Amino acid sequence: MTVNGWFQILLFLALIFAVTKPMGVFMARVFNREHTFLDPLARPLERLLYRLTGVDENHEMRWTEYCGAMLLYSGVSMALLYGIERLQQWMPWNPQKFPAVDPTLAFNTAASFTTNTNWQNYAGETTMSYLTQMAGLAYHNFASAAVGISLAIAFIRGIARREKETIGNFWVDMTRTTLWVLLPSCIVYALILVSQGVVQNLKPYDSVRLVEAQQVQRVGADGKPVVDQAGKPLMDAVATQTIAQGPVASQEAIKMLGTNGGGFFNANSAHPFENPTPLSNYLQMLSIFIIPAGLTYTLGRMTGSPRHGWAVWSAMAVLFLAGVTTAYWAESHGNPLLKGVDQKASLTQPGGNMEGKEVRFGIADSALFATVTTDASCGAINSWHDSFTPLGGMVPLANIMLSETVFGGVGAGLYGILIYVVLSVFIAGLMVGRTPEYLGKKIEAYDVKMAMLVTLVFPLIILVLTGISSVKGFGTSSISNAGPHGLTQMLYAFTSMAGNNGSAFGGLNGNTPWYNLAGAATMLGGRFFMIIPMLAIAGNLAKKKFVPPSLGTFPVTTPLFSGLLVGVILIVGALTFFPALSLGPILEHLLMSAGKTF
Amino acid sequence: MKKNFIISILMTVVTTVLLGLLYPLLVTGLAQVLFKDKANGQLITKNGGVVGSRIIGQAFIGPGYFHSRPSAAGNGYDAANSGGSNFGPTNQKLMDRVQASVADLQEENPGTPVPIDLVTTSASGLDPDITPAAADFQVPRIAMVRRLSQAQVRQLIQQHTSGRELGFMGEPRINVLELNLALDSQTP
Repeated sequence: MTVNGWFQILLFLALIFAVTKPMGVFMARVFNREHTFLDPLARPLERLLYRLTGVDENHEMRWTEYCGAMLLYSGVSMALLYGIERLQQWMPWNPQKFPAVDPTLAFNTAASFTTNTNWQNYAGETTMSYLTQMAGLAYHNFASAAVGISLAIAFIRGIARREKETIGNFWVDMTRTTLWVLLPSCIVYALILVSQGVVQNLKPYDSVRLVEAQQVQRVGADGKPVVDQAGKPLMDAVATQTIAQGPVASQEAIKMLGTNGGGFFNANSAHPFENPTPLSNYLQMLSIFIIPAGLTYTLGRMTGSPRHGWAVWSAMAVLFLAGVTTAYWAESHGNPLLKGVDQKASLTQPGGNMEGKEVRFGIADSALFATVTTDASCGAINSWHDSFTPLGGMVPLANIMLSETVFGGVGAGLYGILIYVVLSVFIAGLMVGRTPEYLGKKIEAYDVKMAMLVTLVFPLIILVLTGISSVKGFGTSSISNAGPHGLTQMLYAFTSMAGNNGSAFGGLNGNTPWYNLAGAATMLGGRFFMIIPMLAIAGNLAKKKFVPPSLGTFPVTTPLFSGLLVGVILIVGALTFFPALSLGPILEHLLMSAGKTF
Repeated sequence: MKKNFIISILMTVVTTVLLGLLYPLLVTGLAQVLFKDKANGQLITKNGGVVGSRIIGQAFIGPGYFHSRPSAAGNGYDAANSGGSNFGPTNQKLMDRVQASVADLQEENPGTPVPIDLVTTSASGLDPDITPAAADFQVPRIAMVRRLSQAQVRQLIQQHTSGRELGFMGEPRINVLELNLALDSQTP
């Protein structure tokens, strides 16, 4: 670990702190339909959109209608994405003439992008046409982010409103999210990324003549070198390099801001065309957290208790620092099994575990990126988590297991942590023996039952499907690393998909019927089975009377509350997942320390 | 519910046109006007032909060139098939591969530990850079093959070293393709 590395990490948190309030105030104004500086541009476009689609912007919805509209929109737009993937060979902007995407892969991908997961069982540059990337995948990056933010706002309204049946209008919320928050910032942000070297064009892939022609071993379809009759490996002369291009920056911007994470290229934000410089990298990490951090302030402001927003923010910051410290420490120490190499940090190299990492990012920015992308439900990567040291790789996994509540996905992170807030308040109420209250609302049996449903669905999906995969050939045949690491690969896959994260232990071959179909079910379940009970709580809270705080009320604005919240998140996460983690990364760490390889 | 169903279809169509077509085309237009070179991949032209992208790595194996990092993209530095090895930290294949690279490299500098980036694959498989330590490790070989003094080679490395951005972001690094092109123009 270096002083410079720590400076980057702490400055990162300071910058997130600085943008939280302005971003939160802005979003609160947008959703309260107050005046903002973007109105002259966005308002006419908003009116046009409502006229074209027949939305009545003054109509208010109960939670059931809100949920129904959200499900219909997700279903219809998912069907369109599936259609685009299956028909891409007939459509324009396909300079590489890619054929239709296979049905199970297309279905998996459609589910993945609709649920804000962006799990990718394909490599973008060898599978998807430019049109599919723009109108199919990047479109869903906007759509799923707008849906997530709308849901969080609906939940906040549920807390803030008193004796009301309704929680807002889904169409208005998602339209305003898009026109005020996502689209304008993406136009500016995409151009900043281009200025750093992220490509943005529609031309065919370039072919360049290599400076030094290469002799490479010919590899057969089975992945093994092809040999001639004498048993010598066959060599091919390679004199050119084909360089994939595309409309990358426009997709990159929303991929990060919407915490989607699906790369244009297979290597995601490690690819020099997606993330060319340390500055673009730093901006990408910041842009993952900007909206989720801002939403904590929006929560405080819309419920009339800004200090509650900050108390939630602080709990998140504590968990963030714990994660990044562990990952940075573990990766800096490098791999003790490698001999004859220099892994020490010095003035001329960052050292540490560089397998699967880029030189321009080194250890600190790779560990920070891995933590940020899994604290939020982003899932973009700038280094391969599969090649992290066991404990370093456990950090992103554990982050997702804590339901990505550390700032979290756009919207999803906030409603995720609010479920934990409800549980914390409930537990505090049990301790003092009175009906718990949360911001003037009594938390009763129905609310706690729904919160428990959200908390239970998540591990149920992950542990059951990982269990099935680990005893069946169709599950274990996709593993690429033997030993405990193989279990971690499967555990990570289902955790990432259920948590709608989308990052992977990338060696696992996900493009099989089992992982495509079970994965799609996992992602859809992980998203919508959580949203429905969450909206039920919102609708139920909105109906309740306001109870003025009394001496016995547990305040949700204090460090004590933040501490309790951190405790509840950790205990629920640890009790649920510790056994699985101990068989995966923890066991691998112990075996690595003993010098064992697989 | 029927009304919301119709809205959901119309909303999908209208926003797909706006966000899926107009937005990326607008950004493409602006990018091509404002940052033409960057938007097209910073291609380098030499003797009338394109020889690479400034920010996409190429394999260099001959003794007269600075070597890039090992690559797991396709057959190595396949810029239409990016990716890493995804070897876990206890995978025997990782040990074997690193061991072989170390053995090769230590023939140049017996007994010196090899800088770790020179024997590990990058995340993209297209890493354009190596660390200053990795460049320095290769100085004796380059100097001998190119008939330059070690000081001359070190000076060339120095000229092509980029520091941390804004003084603190990322890590110091050397662009291998640019360094090798400079080497070629100095000693053809």
